[in-house]
Amino acid sequence: MVLLLFYFFCFLIVVSAFLMLLTRHILYAAFLLLLTFLGIAALYALVGADFLAVSQVVIYVGGVLVLLLFGIMLTHQPVGGQPSAAPQTESRNLWWGALTGIGFFALLAQVIYKADFTSKAWIVSAESQKRLLNNSSIPHLGANLMTHYLLPFEIIAILLLVALVGATLLASRKS
Amino acid sequence: MLSLVFFLLFIPLFALAGVYAERKVSAFIQDRLGPMEVGRYGLLQTLADIIKLLLKEDIIPSLADKRLFKLAPLIIFVAVFAGFAAIPLTPTLIGSGLQVGVFFILAIVSLDVVGIMMAGWSSNSKYPLLGAMRAVAQIISYEIPTGLAILAVVMICQTLDLQSISYQQGIWINHYQHLEADQNYLFGLKPLGIDITLVGGFLTWNIVRMPFLSIAFVIYFIASLAECNRAPFDIPEAESELIGGYHTEYSGLRWAFIMLAEYGMMLLVSFLGVILFLGSWNTPLPNLGYLALADWTSGKPDTLWGQLTSIFWLFSKTFLLIFAQMWIRWTYPRLRIDQLMYLCWKVLVPFALAIVLLCGVWRLWMV
Amino acid sequence: MNPQISAFGMAFLFILGGIVLVLLGLAVASLLRPHRPNVEKLAAYECGEEALGSVWGQFNGRYYVIALIFVLFEVELVFLFPWATVFGQKELIEITEGRWGWFSLVEVWLFIGILVLGLAYIWAKGHLEWLKPQPQDTDYQSKIPAKAYERINRTYQKNKT
Repeated sequence: MVLLLFYFFCFLIVVSAFLMLLTRHILYAAFLLLLTFLGIAALYALVGADFLAVSQVVIYVGGVLVLLLFGIMLTHQPVGGQPSAAPQTESRNLWWGALTGIGFFALLAQVIYKADFTSKAWIVSAESQKRLLNNSSIPHLGANLMTHYLLPFEIIAILLLVALVGATLLASRKS
Repeated sequence: MLSLVFFLLFIPLFALAGVYAERKVSAFIQDRLGPMEVGRYGLLQTLADIIKLLLKEDIIPSLADKRLFKLAPLIIFVAVFAGFAAIPLTPTLIGSGLQVGVFFILAIVSLDVVGIMMAGWSSNSKYPLLGAMRAVAQIISYEIPTGLAILAVVMICQTLDLQSISYQQGIWINHYQHLEADQNYLFGLKPLGIDITLVGGFLTWNIVRMPFLSIAFVIYFIASLAECNRAPFDIPEAESELIGGYHTEYSGLRWAFIMLAEYGMMLLVSFLGVILFLGSWNTPLPNLGYLALADWTSGKPDTLWGQLTSIFWLFSKTFLLIFAQMWIRWTYPRLRIDQLMYLCWKVLVPFALAIVLLCGVWRLWMV
Repeated sequence: MNPQISAFGMAFLFILGGIVLVLLGLAVASLLRPHRPNVEKLAAYECGEEALGSVWGQFNGRYYVIALIFVLFEVELVFLFPWATVFGQKELIEITEGRWGWFSLVEVWLFIGILVLGLAYIWAKGHLEWLKPQPQDTDYQSKIPAKAYERINRTYQKNKT
């Protein structure tokens, strides 16, 4: 059952990602991204990462996607009142584009194929902690944030501060 | 599974009753009679309305983006409906025992936002687009004070599981896993030494366990009004300037599902408010010596009596909150958008942050 | 299997249930409702007037800034939730003789404090101010004197009490 659902959501992610690339309609692409995000959240849920699954929806769907949509709506000035005008670019390097894409795909496929995931230290340690797999991951996450990853935790706060200041500065410059 | 079937039937019924109640409440507040024609006291009015909506032509404007226009009501409704999965109805009945319950409901609100955006954009008309932009800006802004108020409760209860939060606020606290040895003290303070684990009632509700949570509850309640786009935060669908906001172009049953989602959202945030702050399905009456009011008015969690009483208390408290929502809608004028942003970012967020800081200290006094 | 996965499965069933309810309702309605479109009906709504101009007017750039601020605070919230479930756990506090609670609390105060700096910055820079309506004075003189309104108000006040 879980395996079946896994393949279903994988299919959903891949198809929606492909359609997102193929559609010429920028808002369709944004809404297809929603489907991709939800599919990824479902995959997180399937491996038992409950907090991560919900965070994925909260941050990516509720935050990043809305930001994207606002960005599109504020900048997208369609021709002749029709909002569905496709984005046009000056330069179209079909061959180079295809070559780069295929090359990058080959590289990634190579890496994934060759990597030996089962003997990675963090996977082994996660496998050994069955306690994690039998319940929610949240207390574990919280405890780790406060102990092993304390410095990154505080640095994230500074990173968020910098992002906040920088983003508002950039957004307000033009007006 | 039972919970799913229950909500599938209950939410449409609630919307029917809710619309009728809204019209009657507004009528009485304005010294009118409200619907009186269909059925006794107009009781069948909303039933007639839903039949009318079923028979209405489904108009899809020629300029609209047909696919997204049809999809948007589905996303809006399903997002809200999925939120009920995390709501505990009785001590043993809950849709899905998610450990991340509260957080899951926050995610649901995010999904709702995308549906609203889709509805507003695909209509390709001025009012819906403007309404959608306002709705989204308002909902995401008020999600921050909501989230902080919820965080304060999570800090006091030390869990995201709504069922565990419910058990902690009553006399059956020791009947839930991991809470077997827990005790409730007056105002949550162990140093005071007044053990009220078996007294229960409103004394163990979160707003009394940590008195500052009552301020958090007010923040939550105000923000939840904004999350449902209800007056005085209804500028996204301000009738006098925007017709109907993001659902101006919708008609027939598609419009009905958007309204259903709005009433569903009211119900969802009221449920959540009751569960987080007002003792969930626990009785408000405490045990006072020989007057064991709490024992009399709430049965053991796994008995039929326990199920019935907990449903009764949860729903009566929720309906009271919904009545308060309606009361406020027909009492206060609409806020301007600058006042809206002022209230959210300069009043609610700083207060909520202060309460989060306070709750941290309080929790450490509690153990 | 992890019980949390089946809990998510149940949430998924709620989603499916919602979809079925909507589709069922629309299917029933499509059997009952008429379908007689005409040009007028399908035009965009505009209070009975012909719609003029593009839908895509000028939107206020502040919407974008608000969304940006929201995303950053949302990320903050996501980091605080796991912490909130552990910082006051009895066992952890007892193991560390009370240090765990205060230590993690102070750490989070620092975390929140840094972000409050950000809030203070955008507050001071005026990014939280929305455009206020500017009331404009006109030289229009009403023929009804202000006294008339005052008299009406007085009568109503008297009737009320």
